[in-house]
Amino acid sequence: MKALKIIILILFASVLIYAASDLPYRGDPDNLMHAEESITGTTVVGSYVIQEAYNDAKTPNIVTVILGDYRSIDTFGEQVVVFTAGLITILILRNRRRVV
Amino acid sequence: MLDFFLGHYAYWFVVILLCVGLYGILFKKNLVKKTIGLAIFQVSVVLYFVSIASKWDATVPVRDANIPVEQVANYLNPLPHTLMLTAIVVGVATLGVAFTLLMAIYNRYGTLDEQELLEEIQ
Amino acid sequence: MRHQDESPIVLLGSRLLTPYIMLFGWYVIFFGHYSPGGGFQGGTLLAASVLLIRISGGRRVSRLQIQEFATTPLAVIGVIIYFATGLVAMLMGGYFLDYELLPFTGMEPAMVRYWGILIIEVGIGLAVMAILVMIYDNMVKGEDYA
Repeated sequence: MKALKIIILILFASVLIYAASDLPYRGDPDNLMHAEESITGTTVVGSYVIQEAYNDAKTPNIVTVILGDYRSIDTFGEQVVVFTAGLITILILRNRRRVV
Repeated sequence: MLDFFLGHYAYWFVVILLCVGLYGILFKKNLVKKTIGLAIFQVSVVLYFVSIASKWDATVPVRDANIPVEQVANYLNPLPHTLMLTAIVVGVATLGVAFTLLMAIYNRYGTLDEQELLEEIQ
Repeated sequence: MRHQDESPIVLLGSRLLTPYIMLFGWYVIFFGHYSPGGGFQGGTLLAASVLLIRISGGRRVSRLQIQEFATTPLAVIGVIIYFATGLVAMLMGGYFLDYELLPFTGMEPAMVRYWGILIIEVGIGLAVMAILVMIYDNMVKGEDYA
């Protein structure tokens, strides 16, 4: 059982290192995800946001504009997730009825 | 060769960190240690996303009036930063739920060891 | 929390630090438009300032700051601030969370978006602070039910 786990770990590591060697160079500004236009001709979101965030919301911090404006519904859903996590702690730990 | 190393060493460190997390999940018997392994696993994914957002000679994604916004190469890619900001907060919340569940398990069975728990349940 | 005596030195140090951490939390929330920061980071700092007193002082001292029953309503208020902002924008004829249509008079649409982002950041900060404190409180309570 332990040998199987070690084999799984080594396989996992080797597959990931093999896959990581094919990734684009880190920090290269010519990467596809940093381009202004994707290979299919549409606008890349990250570059569009850098250029237009200040005109859209007059806010210098681009991350704040994405978080609060472009992806605001996503942030709302995440806030609901955090809120639900808080409620779950009440339900689990403050349950006075003994189950044992 | 040096170029290849400089372009990829961050990914290899992320892979090492992933393996540390998976080691914790697979080998440790204590459920708290397994949860810590899960947290390390998650942090490594966050680090990977932050590392692919980087560009050489770029600054943080806060608009500076002296640096022109039109040239995209002047600023880091802000999209992975935003996604990971949400991921970190959700991670903290789910970690709290995980520890709450562990406390409920300990209150009921009096142990957190995986093997003893399996025996207690049967 | 089980019975243990609080150390006066630790309590004095936390009492000295707590207001500054809380002030810095609000600064991070409100200055998030111009520097790294925002609702989540500021909310976590606020929670740190509250938890510092709870850890160092115990239940008797922490009752003076934010009581345990106050955390759930604070979290609900945070979520409602966020949701109401989106709902007001929808009632004014736009999409959900489309800040341009918020009823601020005499401002161009981009500036209205600026203020809309600030409102929801405050909501996020309140909710995150309340929920982190809530998780800690419930863990301390849950220990007693064993």
